[in-house]
Amino acid sequence: MSALTLNKITAQKGITIAEAASRVADLGWTPSYVQEAMTFPTDYKISKTPRDPMKQVLRSYFPMQEEKDNRVYGALDAALRGDMFRNVEPRWVEWMKLFLAIIPFPEISAARSMAMVARLAPGEELRTGMTMQMVDEFRHSTIQMNLKKWYMENYIDPAGFDITEAAFGRCYATTIGRQFAEGFLTGDAITAANVYLTVVAETAFTNTLFVAMPSEAARNGDYALPTVFLSVQSDESRHIGNGHSMLMAMINDPSNHQLLERDLKYAFWQNHAIVDAAIGTFIEYGTTNRDKNKESYAELWHRWIYEDYYRTYMLPLEKYGIKIHHDDVAAAWDRIVKKNYVHKTAQFFSVGWSLNFWRIEAQTEKDFEWFEHKYPGWYSEFGDYWKWYAKLSKPGETNIVFNADVGYVYPHRCWSCMVPCLIREEFCCDEVDGKMYTYCSEQCRWTHKVAFAAEYEGRATPAMGRFSGRREWEECYHGWDIADAIKDLGFVRPDGKTLTPQPHLRFEEKDMWTLDDVRGHVLGSPLRSFRALSPAERDVAVAEYRKGFTINPCN
Amino acid sequence: MMPSSTIESVSPTPVKSGAAGSAKFPGSESRKYNYFEPKGRKASHYEDMTVDVQPDPERYLLQDWIISFPDGTPTYSKDWTAAKSSNWHKFRAVDQEWERTHYQRQSTICGMVQNTIENGRKSGASKRFDRAWIKILEDHLGAYKHAEFGLGTSTMQAQRYGYTQMVNNAILTNASYKLRFAQDLTLYLSEIGLDIEGFNNEAGKKHWLEDPIWQPTRRSVESIMGSNDYLEQYFATNVVFEPLVGELFRSGFIMQVAASQNDFITPAVVSAAEADYERNLANTVELFHLLAEDEQYGTHNIGLFNSWLHKHADLALDAAHHLQPIWSQPRVKIASFADALAQAKNRIRGIATEIQLTVPASLAV
Repeated sequence: MSALTLNKITAQKGITIAEAASRVADLGWTPSYVQEAMTFPTDYKISKTPRDPMKQVLRSYFPMQEEKDNRVYGALDAALRGDMFRNVEPRWVEWMKLFLAIIPFPEISAARSMAMVARLAPGEELRTGMTMQMVDEFRHSTIQMNLKKWYMENYIDPAGFDITEAAFGRCYATTIGRQFAEGFLTGDAITAANVYLTVVAETAFTNTLFVAMPSEAARNGDYALPTVFLSVQSDESRHIGNGHSMLMAMINDPSNHQLLERDLKYAFWQNHAIVDAAIGTFIEYGTTNRDKNKESYAELWHRWIYEDYYRTYMLPLEKYGIKIHHDDVAAAWDRIVKKNYVHKTAQFFSVGWSLNFWRIEAQTEKDFEWFEHKYPGWYSEFGDYWKWYAKLSKPGETNIVFNADVGYVYPHRCWSCMVPCLIREEFCCDEVDGKMYTYCSEQCRWTHKVAFAAEYEGRATPAMGRFSGRREWEECYHGWDIADAIKDLGFVRPDGKTLTPQPHLRFEEKDMWTLDDVRGHVLGSPLRSFRALSPAERDVAVAEYRKGFTINPCN
Repeated sequence: MMPSSTIESVSPTPVKSGAAGSAKFPGSESRKYNYFEPKGRKASHYEDMTVDVQPDPERYLLQDWIISFPDGTPTYSKDWTAAKSSNWHKFRAVDQEWERTHYQRQSTICGMVQNTIENGRKSGASKRFDRAWIKILEDHLGAYKHAEFGLGTSTMQAQRYGYTQMVNNAILTNASYKLRFAQDLTLYLSEIGLDIEGFNNEAGKKHWLEDPIWQPTRRSVESIMGSNDYLEQYFATNVVFEPLVGELFRSGFIMQVAASQNDFITPAVVSAAEADYERNLANTVELFHLLAEDEQYGTHNIGLFNSWLHKHADLALDAAHHLQPIWSQPRVKIASFADALAQAKNRIRGIATEIQLTVPASLAV
């Protein structure tokens, strides 16, 4: 006799999942009295109905998400009961002030972008998937705001968390996250909400953001970030499915191929430039764990971006006739492993510490050993820099960004990805609409001049977005004394004089820098100076910049 | 004799803990988000989760929007509605929803609806529904689910356009509720259809698309979906369509009549939408009240809202009148259309008064 189970007693015949999904998809109709509201335009043609690979309905979605939430909030309570903050590494949590200032806006931007794609495709099947993604992104944005508040309430130094959204809109580092977010919901609806967001950012780069980074958090005694972000990542598979389904609905139409190739190239390079800069820095420089057996960011990148995305997701697109930007993948890899992109970003973030809103501690001998093991040659390029950084971390020293003894040369800003032009030999410039701009790489120059334009390779692209705004952060404070700029940014603690950022993790008032310690130096815009040069002078300046700089020995 | 070593000579223990309170220094007690003015004395959790997450040049975007649409329109534009505000950042959603409360509420509703359907089916309840009532469920509740879906897609579209996070999130949760309810009805009808021989799951859409009873309702919904002004969509949904057509059909007909047709399941399923609407309405009234009270633009806004009210009330009232024959179809007649419509008009007059609008003559008693 088979065992009696509750399920056997209570089970009754229901409709199948496929039937439920199909009935729900049949809720839509083509309006005949009034045309649907103008949606955001695209230059793509979508004639095929995209399929919903998940076939989930909202009545199973909401309870599932509530259960996931219960686990997250339960874990946060458990972390407090277990006194997590007693053992957490402040070096790590400080970087969360930057990361969590950036990420809620891209998340909610993704929710908004679902409005842009939901009406573009024929049929209603994928609309349910996009509805869930919209609510998921609402979840991510507010769950991250909650995590940040939780850090603010429980971590030793709340300054920086307390000004978070205001800081996000102003800081010279968060500016790169702006490009990430606004790219999701501005311009051609498919370029933004499908290719840039779901096909590239979510399919490829959320793995380094939401999987690799939480592992590093756990190594630093922070169990909250993995709890929240692995829960967030569990929603991403749905978003990847949405993106792929829409992509498949467009790929069979050869007239879309040119645009797809443009957008895959643009989106990959921008994601590389932005995400690898930020997340690479958090993982490699925000950690105190120097276990030589753990993967470096380069190794993680190879696993998640190269193997998982490029080889198993992108390459199969070739069979549809799509030309894949193989060279850019190789170039991004070279920038990470041979050209020290992440290390140069960390150097840039730290040299400008006084314009941040979090603390950055110097790397030490223990760190040096790990870096040299993982990135041979690291010490000769960066060892002295970090010794200088430690030496100049005491109030009274000359702020490292203005200290001529160090030898660091402040970089140009890339007009496209908004990360500075850190790999000096790749620096380039070009004129767009009669104005000179600087770029970190040829790919970023192409993005601004060629991709974000009214015409692409002879084809009109009337829906494509444009770069706008004051994209060079440095220009906003050109000619300002740095102390006045910091005050204007709001990066001063409640006593009105102590800086929110500090170049160390010493938690005593006597060790903390104030406005008076930094006053007397004037900020300038590299682009403004560059534009003032004659063509001949400019050529010389470019050649000089490409030679790079050498950090002076620190004894 | 005191030892030579005094307290002063002992060097302080370096801070080992990363926990709050383990050291005192400037800023060590700054444990609240301090960049916005709370609505009340203290910021609510909803405000902390929501305010300023969508930035704009007035609030912190030092570098302005950095991407634009080809015509120069920025990522978010105040011009996406004809309504004007001297402070778009002032609005706070009355229901204070953020992700956790939203999932808790939606999940509770899903559980309630599923339990009711499962238990009802187990007891064979749907087989005891009156035959005429079954046809009403097939034809008319089946048609009505499309109206809910249309409003859901309309608000899903609208949540892209608001100038602040608070406005957009209130519209987003509205969309989420509407789309869930449209699916609730769809799946409910499919499930009782398994127990009722010959149940026609296709009839609802056919009536929605072709039945003269439903065509003015469809036109009314399509007019909302077709508006290029996201606040007009939000306004027309909650200030006009819901009281005049949505509640009229849900409360004024289904909820009142079902029990007399041996149906205790349908009112429970539909009741969730009534509660959803109360919350969506509260948010809507708060927003439009704020805009109507705006010292600088109040007069302009009231004029605009009155024009929206007239336009959509005409359509919705026409829709309501065309639904009248449905009240005659149940075998046991316990509710009159006239009473239901009077109730609906009374409801919209109350809402309009709260927003300081002039009620059109057509909505008078």
